[in-house]
Amino acid sequence: MTLSKDEIQRYSRHLIVPEVGMEGQLKLKGAKVLLVGTGGLGAPLGLYLAAAGIGRIGLVDFDVVDFSNLQRQVIHFTQDVGRNKIDSAAEKMTALNPNVEIVKHEVALSSENAMEILKDYDLVVDGTDNFPTRYLVNDACVLLGKPNVYGSIFRFEGQATVFAYAGGPCYRCLYPEPPPPGLVPSCAEGGVLGILPGTIGLIQATETVKLILGIGEPLVGRLLLFDALGMRFRELKLRKNPECPICGDHRTITKLIDYHQFCGVPQQAETPRQEAKVTESEIEVTEVKEKLDRGDDFVLIDVREPHEYQICNIPAAKLIPLGEVAKRLGELDPEADIVIHCKSGMRSARACGILKAAGFKHVRNMKGGILAWSDQVDPSVPKY
Amino acid sequence: MAKVMIPTPLRQFTAKQDSVTVPGATVGEVLAALTTEFPDLRKQIFNDEGRLRSFINVYLNDEDIRYLGKDATPAADADTLSLVPSIAGGLPGGTN
Repeated sequence: MTLSKDEIQRYSRHLIVPEVGMEGQLKLKGAKVLLVGTGGLGAPLGLYLAAAGIGRIGLVDFDVVDFSNLQRQVIHFTQDVGRNKIDSAAEKMTALNPNVEIVKHEVALSSENAMEILKDYDLVVDGTDNFPTRYLVNDACVLLGKPNVYGSIFRFEGQATVFAYAGGPCYRCLYPEPPPPGLVPSCAEGGVLGILPGTIGLIQATETVKLILGIGEPLVGRLLLFDALGMRFRELKLRKNPECPICGDHRTITKLIDYHQFCGVPQQAETPRQEAKVTESEIEVTEVKEKLDRGDDFVLIDVREPHEYQICNIPAAKLIPLGEVAKRLGELDPEADIVIHCKSGMRSARACGILKAAGFKHVRNMKGGILAWSDQVDPSVPKY
Repeated sequence: MAKVMIPTPLRQFTAKQDSVTVPGATVGEVLAALTTEFPDLRKQIFNDEGRLRSFINVYLNDEDIRYLGKDATPAADADTLSLVPSIAGGLPGGTN
């Protein structure tokens, strides 16, 4: 393998760095990297890994570009909204560096396809955003002996490390189990500073290139924590857990498992707007509108946060953020007809549970939340 | 006595404070004092049996307490305890 004249010109600033040089650039050209996810983390990763001249980059994504992605997923542009993310990302990467071979895996990574997809790559970069896929990527990497370059983000904080490198610690050594759904808010509930995935994604990109070049000190056995607000990096020791079920001394996991079941997430979770699986009785948004128009005697409660209420609201609703519901029950009449709403119906379902447990008799959850209200009742209400 | 660093997802349970200094001679005592001061935090970091949840790691300075003396690890005034929960971001099934 050699570099063409054009490639030598393109990679000039690598070639004159002694630690990279011609030998290093050829290693990059010979490398095969799988990037799982082309979202917030995957966007800077895809662009910089393509620019760096990685020979083959596999992309895994099945999502579609949404307006709410553009605040951070810089590989997708406004005109890409509605397109498949994988096509949008591949197009930008090829435009940036046509020497890179892009392989598109337009699937949801699963226990059935993960081993087959991962086996052809030298290392895997995890740019996913959910626990089932993170455990799946981890386990497949451990079983195949491939390094897993990990990053994750929440609001202003990020974590990064390299798992499963040369027998080193894995994700399960760090976190044996995922949190039960609903206990820790997701990015969709909690939000994220748009720049944060750029910072963390580029730490992953740096580690990827270092591993391929075999230079420096890899981020192995160390968990890097980044706090954007304090602008501080901290480093914690990450040890191999001898009890780890997949890489420890007494392994109980020898093949991929059902990760949705493991994480307690329903399989069809990719349709988030219908994610609210509630046992409490529900009410349609159109019926709530009829009740308001009729002037029915009922109380409408919005359990979102004050900063969400500022974005949009139903004027008749009383704002009681979910975290305050239990303390503010005294403001409500246990005999009253009560309808509770939030953004999409999950938090209001929890609030319904709190009220019912406290003896409230007539409590219903407004199905689909204010998003459904915008869709079916008042299109002037912005969706966020 | 030790300073406890509170990560963003848990700050809603500590009156938005990013660090809290609480008394205690061991890690267990410090965490008990912390969750007494902020009762809403208890259910987040301990399970029903009162054991630390497996998706929250506790570090004394830069070392995981699982590899020190766990709850019995001594905590001095100059020590920093960090609660580090697993974070994934995004919606289930989507990408960041």
